[in-house]
Amino acid sequence: MAPQGGEVAPRRELALIVNGRPAVARIEPRELLLDFLRNRLGLTGAKRSCDVQVCGACTVLVDDRPVSACCFLAYEARGRQVTTIEGLAEAGHLHPLQEAFIEHGAIQCGFCTPGMILTALTLLREVPTPSPDQVRTYLKGSLCRCTGYWKIIDAVVDAGRRMARAEAARR
Amino acid sequence: MLRPFEIHEPTSIAEASRLLADHGEDAAVYAGGTELILVMKEGLAHFRHLVDIKTIPGLETIAYDGAVLRLGALATHRAIERSAVVGRHAPLLASVASQVANPRVRNVGTLGGNLCFAEPHSDLGTLCVAWDAVIVLARDGEERSVPADRFFTGVLETVREPDEVLVRVELRPFGPGTGGAYQRFAMHERPTAGVAAVVATRGGVIQHGRIAIGSVGPMPVRASEAEAMLAGAPLRDEALREAAKAVGRHAEVMDDLYGSAAYKRHVLTVLAARALREAVACAREEDA
Ligand SMILES: Cc1cc2nc3c(=O)[nH]c(=O)nc-3n(C[C@H](O)[C@H](O)[C@H](O)COP(=O)(O)OP(=O)(O)OC[C@H]3O[C@@H](n4cnc5c(N)ncnc54)[C@H](O)[C@@H]3O)c2cc1C
Ligand code: FES
Ligand code: FES
Repeated sequence: MAPQGGEVAPRRELALIVNGRPAVARIEPRELLLDFLRNRLGLTGAKRSCDVQVCGACTVLVDDRPVSACCFLAYEARGRQVTTIEGLAEAGHLHPLQEAFIEHGAIQCGFCTPGMILTALTLLREVPTPSPDQVRTYLKGSLCRCTGYWKIIDAVVDAGRRMARAEAARR
Repeated sequence: MLRPFEIHEPTSIAEASRLLADHGEDAAVYAGGTELILVMKEGLAHFRHLVDIKTIPGLETIAYDGAVLRLGALATHRAIERSAVVGRHAPLLASVASQVANPRVRNVGTLGGNLCFAEPHSDLGTLCVAWDAVIVLARDGEERSVPADRFFTGVLETVREPDEVLVRVELRPFGPGTGGAYQRFAMHERPTAGVAAVVATRGGVIQHGRIAIGSVGPMPVRASEAEAMLAGAPLRDEALREAAKAVGRHAEVMDDLYGSAAYKRHVLTVLAARALREAVACAREEDA
C-alpha cells in the first residue's frame, strides 16, 4: 500500500495468533484488522459491507469477543487471539452452529453468515440455550438482506440446544 | 482509506497530556477508537498522532468505596454491563450500557470515549446529566471535576481542554426513597430520543426530580421547567404526567434524519412519563 501524499508512519511489528496459529507482519498503524486478515492472510470470510460498524459482516473475534474488523486497527490485535469463520471447523468437522445454519436454510447469499455465526457463538458461550427473543436482541447489530432473519434465529436456538445436549452427554 | 498516523503509547496521564500538548491539533486521544477510527476513515477529521491511553495502567478500573462509584474512562460498555459492582450499586447504569449500539461496539467502546466524543445521539451522557455525575479530567499532575450538566457545550463539543484526559466518572448510588430510570427510543443503532429521570421522594412528596433529555438537541440537557414542577409535588401520577408534558413542550429539539422536531417532542413526552413512573416505582422499592 503506497502512502498517500508522501506521508509515512513508521511500521511496527505485529505478532498475534490467528485461528490458533501465530502470525507476524510489519504493518503501518493505520492498517485495519479486516484488511490484514483478508489481504495478508487470505482469510476472506470476514466481509466489508457497511464499513461503519452497523452491519456485522466484518465480525471477527478478538480474545473471544466480537469486534467490527472494518473499524478496528490491526495494531489492537497485538499479542491477542483472533478467530475468523475459517477457524471454527475442527478437523474437517463443521461447528454445530455452521451445521444448524445449513440445515435450517439460514444462509442465502452467505455474505452475512460468517459474522452471524461468530456473533451467535459469543451469545451461546454466555447464554447456552437462549430464547428466540434473546437471539433477536443480541443479533440486532448483524444485518441480513436475504433471509428475513427467522431461519437464522431458529438455527441459533437449535444450535444452542444441540450444543447443550452434547455437553450434557460428555459429562 | 485511513491516512497515515503514528500511535503513541504513554504509560501515565502526565505523559499522555504532554504528547497531546506537544502535537496540538494534530493529536487525538485514542481509546476504543469506535468513533475516532470511523471519523478518520470517513475523512471527516485527521490526526497524525493518536495517543493510545490504553497503555496507561488502571484507567479501566470500576470501584465503589461505600459512597461513590468510580468508573474509569476506559471501562467499556460491556465491562459496565457485566460488572458486579455496577450491578449491585448502579443497576440502572448497567442496563443502559447493555442497550448501547451492538455487541461489537459495546465490547470496544468506552465510557470516556462516549462522553468525550459528545455525539448528540448518545445514551450515557443523558443518564450522567440526570444522575448529577461528576466527570473528572486530568492533565500533568492536576485533576478537575466537572458536573455532567456542565460538561457538554454543543454538538461534539465539551469543556475538555485538548491536553486533558477524562480519567473517570463518579456517581453516587441512589439512597433510600430515590429511584431512577432511563427510557430510549431507537429505530437505528443510535437513539432517536432518550429521557433519564432521578426522583427523590419522602412521605408521599417528591423532594426533587432530575430529568435530562438527550439525542434530540445538540447535547443532553436538564429539563428545568419540568424539574421545577416536580419539586414539592405530591407523589401522584398527575404530577408526573404534567411534568412529562412540560418536558416535551419546553425541549429544544433539532430536525434531523431521525425525525422532525414535532415528532421528537411527542416522543419525549411519552418517554418522560414512562421514565418518571419507573423512577417513582423504583424509589418506592428502595423505600420499602
Ligand atoms: C454503530 C454505532 C452505534 C452506536 N450506538 C450508540 C448508542 O446506542 N448509544 C450510545 O450512547 N452510544 C452509541 N454509540 C457510541 C459509542 O458509545 C461510542 O462509539 C464509544 O463509547 C466511544 O468510545 P471509544 O473508546 O471507542 O472512543 P474513541 O473512538 O476512542 O474516542 C472518541 C472521541 O473521544 C476522545 N476520547 C476518548 N477517550 C477519551 C478520554 N478518556 N479522554 C479524553 N478524550 C477521549 C477521542 O479523542 C475521540 O475524539 C454508537 C457508536 C457506533 C459506532
Ligand atoms: S462492514 Fe464492518 S460492520 Fe459493516
Ligand atoms: S444471507 Fe445474504 S445477507 Fe444474509
